[in-house]
Amino acid sequence: MGTEVLKDPFVPEIYRVESVRRELADAVTLELAPVSGKRPDFRPGQFNMLYAFGVGEVAISMSVSAHEGPGFVHTVRNAGAVSGALARLEPGSTLGVRGPFGTGWPVAEAEGRDVLIVAGGLGLAPLRPAIQEVLAHRERFGRVTILVGCRSPSEILYQHDLEQWKQRLDVNVEVTVDHAGTDWHGNVGFVTTLIPRSPFDPANVVAMVCGPEVMMRFAATGLQKGGVPASSIYLSMERNMKCAIGLCGHCQFGPAFICKDGPVLPLDRIAGLLTVQEV
Amino acid sequence: METMEQILGQQAFFADFPAAFVKLIAGCARNHHFKAGEYLIREGDPADRFYLVRQGRVALEITAPARAPIIATTLGEGEIVGVSWLIPPYRAEFDARAMEPVRAIGMNATCLRGKCEADHHLGYEMMKRFLPVMVKRLHATRLQILDVYGQR
Amino acid sequence: MQAFKAETPGFVTDTAGLQCLFDVLADEGYRVVGPTLRDDAIVYGDIDGVTDLPSGWTDRQAPGRYALERRQDNALFGYAVGPHSWKKFLFPPIETLWSAHRGADGAMSVTVPERPADKFAFVGVRSCEIHAMAVQDKVFGEGAYVDAAYAARRSDAFIVAVNCAEPGGTCFCVSMETGPRAAEGFDLALTELIDAGEPMFLVETGSEAGRRILEQVPHAAATAAQAEAAMTVSERAAAQMGRSLDTSGIKELLQSNPEHSRWDDVAARCLSCANCTMVCPTCFCSTVEDHSDLTGQNAERVRKWDSCFTMDFSYIHGGSVRASGSARYRQWMTHKLANWIDQFGTSGCVGCGRCVTWCPVGIDLTEEVAAIRAVPDEGRSR
Repeated sequence: MGTEVLKDPFVPEIYRVESVRRELADAVTLELAPVSGKRPDFRPGQFNMLYAFGVGEVAISMSVSAHEGPGFVHTVRNAGAVSGALARLEPGSTLGVRGPFGTGWPVAEAEGRDVLIVAGGLGLAPLRPAIQEVLAHRERFGRVTILVGCRSPSEILYQHDLEQWKQRLDVNVEVTVDHAGTDWHGNVGFVTTLIPRSPFDPANVVAMVCGPEVMMRFAATGLQKGGVPASSIYLSMERNMKCAIGLCGHCQFGPAFICKDGPVLPLDRIAGLLTVQEV
Repeated sequence: METMEQILGQQAFFADFPAAFVKLIAGCARNHHFKAGEYLIREGDPADRFYLVRQGRVALEITAPARAPIIATTLGEGEIVGVSWLIPPYRAEFDARAMEPVRAIGMNATCLRGKCEADHHLGYEMMKRFLPVMVKRLHATRLQILDVYGQR
Repeated sequence: MQAFKAETPGFVTDTAGLQCLFDVLADEGYRVVGPTLRDDAIVYGDIDGVTDLPSGWTDRQAPGRYALERRQDNALFGYAVGPHSWKKFLFPPIETLWSAHRGADGAMSVTVPERPADKFAFVGVRSCEIHAMAVQDKVFGEGAYVDAAYAARRSDAFIVAVNCAEPGGTCFCVSMETGPRAAEGFDLALTELIDAGEPMFLVETGSEAGRRILEQVPHAAATAAQAEAAMTVSERAAAQMGRSLDTSGIKELLQSNPEHSRWDDVAARCLSCANCTMVCPTCFCSTVEDHSDLTGQNAERVRKWDSCFTMDFSYIHGGSVRASGSARYRQWMTHKLANWIDQFGTSGCVGCGRCVTWCPVGIDLTEEVAAIRAVPDEGRSR
């Protein structure tokens, strides 16, 4: 009988880029398949460390549910050296993948309750797997509302998915932009303005919020003003991350390690620190 | 048919508004309909009316020379269009355009200001409802200006 | 005064026995590391024997000050601790995690380098340092993910503790309940008895491996007087702490004062030089660097010690989260003394005093905590 060798959590697996889809001027979606072996299972909200050859690693959430395909799908914005290198990958090229890491969205916990998704900008990417899993078992949930805020109409992520979700009668989808001309027929205003207009039972809703930290902070405030308890509000936090396994110390947010205690954290665990600067 | 008093009483904006006051202001109110593209309010006009939207979406717009108009915010069901009627010199500071067919209750501001002056209790009840609207809009505008989704 | 009582009378050996211990450890395949004089400091390095030890030297320490001084005697371990800790052996400052290669077809592959299989024998480990190792064991060895290289080095290591007889001016192990007497976590523990002139050592065994090694070293049963003398050494040391830290409710104290004005006060003095984190025996933060060769076909991923005092440490796209010195100092101290307790069930501080001694401007964390404690709940309204 062979002894099982524990996998070194620092060492990536090699994946091949199956397809590249341009989402926005500065963002692409990469579909990845393992060069050998099987892609591990993962939960909505978890992330991988993607390694671009010779450049480095960056933490990126999965943007398609594990049930929707055999590979990993990541939406990458060209925001730095590593993400830039990843965003320039072409089909057939290889990269390193470590993961999945971190906590996920509380999809199972939300069964029997209303679901409120609040996404800002690229924050829709980590939320899409949760939306897909909720919609795959729609009957298990109460009212489902998806609120999306973006900078402008040309920066709305996953327009195709949003259109499909909008067509369903059992989902309430609202998109708003911060800046628009008169050719835009949708909402204009910060995403938090959609919260009071949305149908959900504050006492029986699970809110999943992802976007820039300042957006999440004010979304959380808006939700609390609307009567949603902090324990029902989940945010996906971001901090500098090197190892993703709780050993490098970089991603600390107070007592929490974002890599292993997060990235998805209930507001009641972090509310005190959210309004402190430079944590 | 519903009376204006009943209609006003059903609006979330007037929740907990004393019944006597609803009766008092109902006389200043009437129903309006706007086609898509029609303006509820034009910038610079006397702010002699504000609207409580019952259905449809309204865009608050700003225009500048040689630039396409910008939508500052959009407002929908249950929301107030027009707050300049409260503040001298009572001039509208935005264009408000119906983005789709809009049904709204229009309040004659001159009539309402007169009643508020005559009965400060009524004035205070109105202020309690308008001040949060203005603060919320100011706050939301600040967040828009932050441009949080942009590349830094 | 703190009183100590020996579990067993133990054994005694002399300088020749100590040399024999070094030889036996080397014969057993250990890389023997211990205190030695270098660069005007007592540091930890490879040693062959007793002559490499800092015989007759001691260290004078104060905030921002460290100086060697001649002792009146020939004590071999008559100092407190120097700038080094055993961390640098168990958790190397630079380590290649893996290498990536691009093949002719452009496809990437990864290889993990063979790591040197050093089996360390650490000689002269202070009680505070044993506690520091236990703290790092929790970080690297007890979570969902284990640093296997660390764990291997740690489980192979042979620990020869030497109970502290000469605490430094910045020591506060008594406050942290980490010393001065080693209670566990060692294979052998020595107490240096020098009243007789030449050093004698009371030896206690702490493990089966320790007993086995001691069997190969000349030793005698300790007399009651010798055992008593060793206890007196520790009692005297406990009474000589240069610093103290009130740890009561310290987690709540620091976690509830993130906006205390003292953070700005300390930041005005702090140089963000990262010395405190480098000398700290428990600080575990690291970063990774990617090195590629000129062909662009080979790249290495290298892990290096990092410090929460650098701007890069908290960089996320667009800027650093902890841009101010006060935020960085707050992060370090709150993590060390408070958040660590939430994370690992123990304080991250063992009271060794290195961060105080090696701070170029003499910032003393015991003083910083006391200042916050003196005026708590200050801040948010400032």
